[in-house]
Amino acid sequence: MTIPHPAPETGPILGKLSLEALPLHEPILVITFIGVVLGGIAVLGLITKFRLWGYLWTEWFTTVDHKRIGIMYMILGLIMFLRGFADAIMMRLQQAMAFGGSEGYLTPHHYDQVFTAHGVIMIFFVAMPFITGLMNYVVPLQIGARDVSFPFLNNFSFWMTTAGAVLTMVSLFIGEYAQTGWLAYPPLSGIAYSPNVGVDYYIWGLQIAGVGTTLSGINLIVTILKLRAPGMGLMKMPVFTWTSLCANILIVASFPILTATLVLLTLDRYVGTNFFTNDLGGSPMMYVNLIWIWGHPEVYILVLPLFGVFSEVTSTFSGKRLFGYTSMVYATICITILSYLVWLHHFFTMGSGASVNSFFGITTMVISIPTGAKLFNWLFTMYRGRIRFELPMMWTVAFMLTFVIGGMTGVLLAVPPADFVLHNSLFLIAHFHNVIIGGVLFGLFAAINYWWPKAFGYKLDVFWGKISFWCWVVGFWVAFTPLYILGLMGVTRRMRVFDDPSLQIWFVIAGIGALIVAAGIGAMLVQFAVSIWRRKELRDETGGDPWDGRTLEWATSSPPPDYNFAFTPVIHDLDAWYDMKTRGHQRPVDGYRDIHMPSNTGTGMILSGFCLVMGFALVWHIWWLVALSFAATIVGAIYHTFNYKRDFDIPAATVTAVEEARTRQLAAGA
Amino acid sequence: MSAKTITADAPVQFYDLDEHAHPEGHSTMLGFWIYLMSDCLIFAILFACYAVLGGSYAAGPAPKDLFDLKLIALNTAMLLFSSITYGFAVLQMQQGKVKGVQIWLAVTALFGLAFLGIELYEFHHLIEIGATPQRSAFLSSFFTLVGTHGLHVTFGIIWLVTLMFQLSKHGLIAANKRRVMCLSMFWHFLDVVWIGVFTFVYLMGVLR
Repeated sequence: MTIPHPAPETGPILGKLSLEALPLHEPILVITFIGVVLGGIAVLGLITKFRLWGYLWTEWFTTVDHKRIGIMYMILGLIMFLRGFADAIMMRLQQAMAFGGSEGYLTPHHYDQVFTAHGVIMIFFVAMPFITGLMNYVVPLQIGARDVSFPFLNNFSFWMTTAGAVLTMVSLFIGEYAQTGWLAYPPLSGIAYSPNVGVDYYIWGLQIAGVGTTLSGINLIVTILKLRAPGMGLMKMPVFTWTSLCANILIVASFPILTATLVLLTLDRYVGTNFFTNDLGGSPMMYVNLIWIWGHPEVYILVLPLFGVFSEVTSTFSGKRLFGYTSMVYATICITILSYLVWLHHFFTMGSGASVNSFFGITTMVISIPTGAKLFNWLFTMYRGRIRFELPMMWTVAFMLTFVIGGMTGVLLAVPPADFVLHNSLFLIAHFHNVIIGGVLFGLFAAINYWWPKAFGYKLDVFWGKISFWCWVVGFWVAFTPLYILGLMGVTRRMRVFDDPSLQIWFVIAGIGALIVAAGIGAMLVQFAVSIWRRKELRDETGGDPWDGRTLEWATSSPPPDYNFAFTPVIHDLDAWYDMKTRGHQRPVDGYRDIHMPSNTGTGMILSGFCLVMGFALVWHIWWLVALSFAATIVGAIYHTFNYKRDFDIPAATVTAVEEARTRQLAAGA
Repeated sequence: MSAKTITADAPVQFYDLDEHAHPEGHSTMLGFWIYLMSDCLIFAILFACYAVLGGSYAAGPAPKDLFDLKLIALNTAMLLFSSITYGFAVLQMQQGKVKGVQIWLAVTALFGLAFLGIELYEFHHLIEIGATPQRSAFLSSFFTLVGTHGLHVTFGIIWLVTLMFQLSKHGLIAANKRRVMCLSMFWHFLDVVWIGVFTFVYLMGVLR
C-alpha cells in the first residue's frame, strides 16, 4: 500500500492543478477516458451533422416548460445511473476476486473512490434527479396547472443539478474523488487525512447541486399550494401530489442543513477552523449528527414520491378508488414529521447512553406504523379490484414484496443492542439497498412505465419490459441475500480484501446477482430503444388516457400541449378525471383564448456554467478564476433581474389549431 | 365501474371557461418566505454549532476577554435603525413616491454599511490580538455565525443598490414593488437573526 500523491504545490496560475493530476497510471481510467472522449465526439458529431444544436438550445436547454425540464432530469438521472452502476459492478468484481492472498484488480486508492462515488452518485445524481424530474413532470399536470410557480427557477435548478453532476464526473479524469465513504465523515475527510482534491470535488459537487435541489423544492411547494385548479382542496389532491408536497417540504427543511454542514467542513479544510477536528475543541461527532439530521429526511425525500406513485398505480390498475385516502395522507404527514426524530439510529454506537439510544430506537420503530398503514391501504385497494397486471402494476407488486422485507430488517436494526452487532456490517448494506432499490428504483420503473405514454404518446414495449422486470427482481435478491448472510456473520462494509476463504462463495453469488441486474438494465435500455423504434405501433389510440386513468394528467393529450390544458379543469371530487368521465363531461371545442405563458431563457444554463467553473477553480485553488467566475455569477444574476419581460401570450389561434387537431384525433379514436 | 358518482343533478361545470391568467408574481411572496425559512435553518445550524462549541476555548480567549459590549451596542443600533429606515421606504412606496423610496433605501444602505464597517473593525481587532478563527472551536463557530450574517448583509446592500437603479429606470411598477417587499422581508429577517446573535453570542457570552 502506498499513499498516492503528497499534497501538490499551489501555483498562482493553475493552483494545485498540474499534469500530475491526470490519472495516467490507472489503466482502467485511461481506457474509460478514451471511451468517453470517443463517445462524446460521436454524440457531438451527430448533433452537428443533423444540425440539432439550434433545436436543442431553443427547445430544450433554455426551456422553462416543466414537462421538458422533467424529461431532462430523467435523462440526467439515467446517464448518472449507468455511471453509478458501473461502480457497483467494479466493487462486486473486486470483492469476489480478492481472496486467498489476491489483491483483486483495484488499488486501495481506486477502490475507496469507487465506493464513495457509487454512494454519492446513486443518491444525489440518480435518485434525486429521477424524483425531481418525475415531480416536475407530473405534479403540475395532476393539479391542473399550466406550469410551475417559478419557471425560470426551475430551469436554473435543473442546470445547477447538472453542473454538480458534471463536476463530480470531472473528478474521474482530472485529479481524484473522495476516498471517505458517501458522507465524508471527519476527521478522515479533514485536511490532515485527505490532503488532496477528492473531498473538495465531493463538497463543491454537492453544494452546487444542493442549490438546485433547494430551489426546486421551494418551487414545487409554492406550485402545489398556489396553482391548484379551482375546487381542488388539499384533501382532493391526488396522493402523488400529496407525497410530492411532503417530500418537497422535507427538501426545503433539510437541504439547508447539508449546505451549512458542508460549509463548516469546507472552512475546516480551506481556512483551518476547528469545527470537526480533533484539536482545539473541535468535535467530529457533531458532523456525524448534523449530516444525519439531513441524511435521514433525505431517504424519505427519495421514497415518499414513490409511495405516491404506488398509490396512483394500484388504484388505476385495480380499477378502484384508493382505499383509505385520508389515512394515506395522514400517514405521509406522520412520516414527514417522524423522519426528523430518528437521525441518531445511524450511529447508536457513538455511545450516547441507553436513554438517548432508546428514544431514537423507539421513534425509528414507530415510523413502521404509518408505513405499514400505507401497505395495508394498497392491499385493500387491490382486494376485490379488477387488477390488470400491466408493467407498472408488476413493479408495484414487486415493491410490496421486496420493501416489506427491507422494512423488517430496518426495524431489526432499530433495536440498539442488535445494532451494536450489525453496525456498519453488510447487513446494513443489504438493508438499505433493499429499501432503496425495492422502494425507490422499483417505484421509478413503475412510474416510467406508467407515465411514458403521457410524455411521448406511445406505450413502452411490454416484452422487453418484462425481461427487465424479472432480471431486476431476481437479480436484486441474488445480489443482496448473500450480503444479509455475510452481515450476520460479521463482515463489515467497504472491505477491499478478505482473509477467510469460506466467505468467497457468497461474494461470488452476489456478483452473479449484480450481473443479472446488469441484464435487467440492458433490457430496459433495449425496451426504450425498441419502443422508440416501434412508436407508431405502440401509439396510444385513446387520445391521452391509455390506462383508464383517474387523475387530471390523463385529461389532456399525450404529450400534453405547452399550456397543458386549454381550459383549466374544475374539480368536484377526488380522482377528478374519473369523476369527469363517469359524469359525462363535455370537452369544450371552441371559445379558446390567449394563454399567458413564461418565455424561455438561457440565463439558467449560463449562470450554472459560471458556478461549474467556480466549483472547479475552488477544488484546485485557482483563486483568480474563483474570483472571476464568482463575479460573473453575481453580475449575470443581477443582469437577469433587469429583464422585466418574461412572459408571452400563446395566441388563441394557435390554441385553436392544437385543440382542433386533438378533437379530430379523439373522433378518429372513438 | 362504480355507479356511485353518477348523478342526474343540474349540469356540473368541469372546465373554467372564463379564466383569467394568474397575475404575474402572485406567488413570489410565498416563495420568498419559504426561501427565508430555509435560510433561517442555515442560521439555526450555525447557532446550534455555537451552542455546542461556544465553550470550547482550547485554553484560548473567552467571550469575556474579547467582546466590547459598547461597540456591539453601537453596531446593533446601526442595524436596528436600518430596519426602521427600510420601513420608511415601504411607507413612501405605499404613497407612490419613488424619490422618497430611493432616499430611504439609500439611508438604509448607509446604516448597513456602517454596521458592516464596525463588524469588520471588530474582526480585524480580534484577529490582530490572536483571537483568529483557527484558534479554538469557540472562535471558529463565532466567526462563522457572525460572518455569515455579515455576508447576508453584504448581499442585502448589493441588492439595495440594484433595486435603486431599477426604481429609477422603471419607477414603482408592480414588479418593483414586489421586489421592494421581498428585500424588506430579507432585511428585517437579518435584523431578527442579529437580535439572536446579540443575545446569545454577545450578551450571554459576557455573562458566562
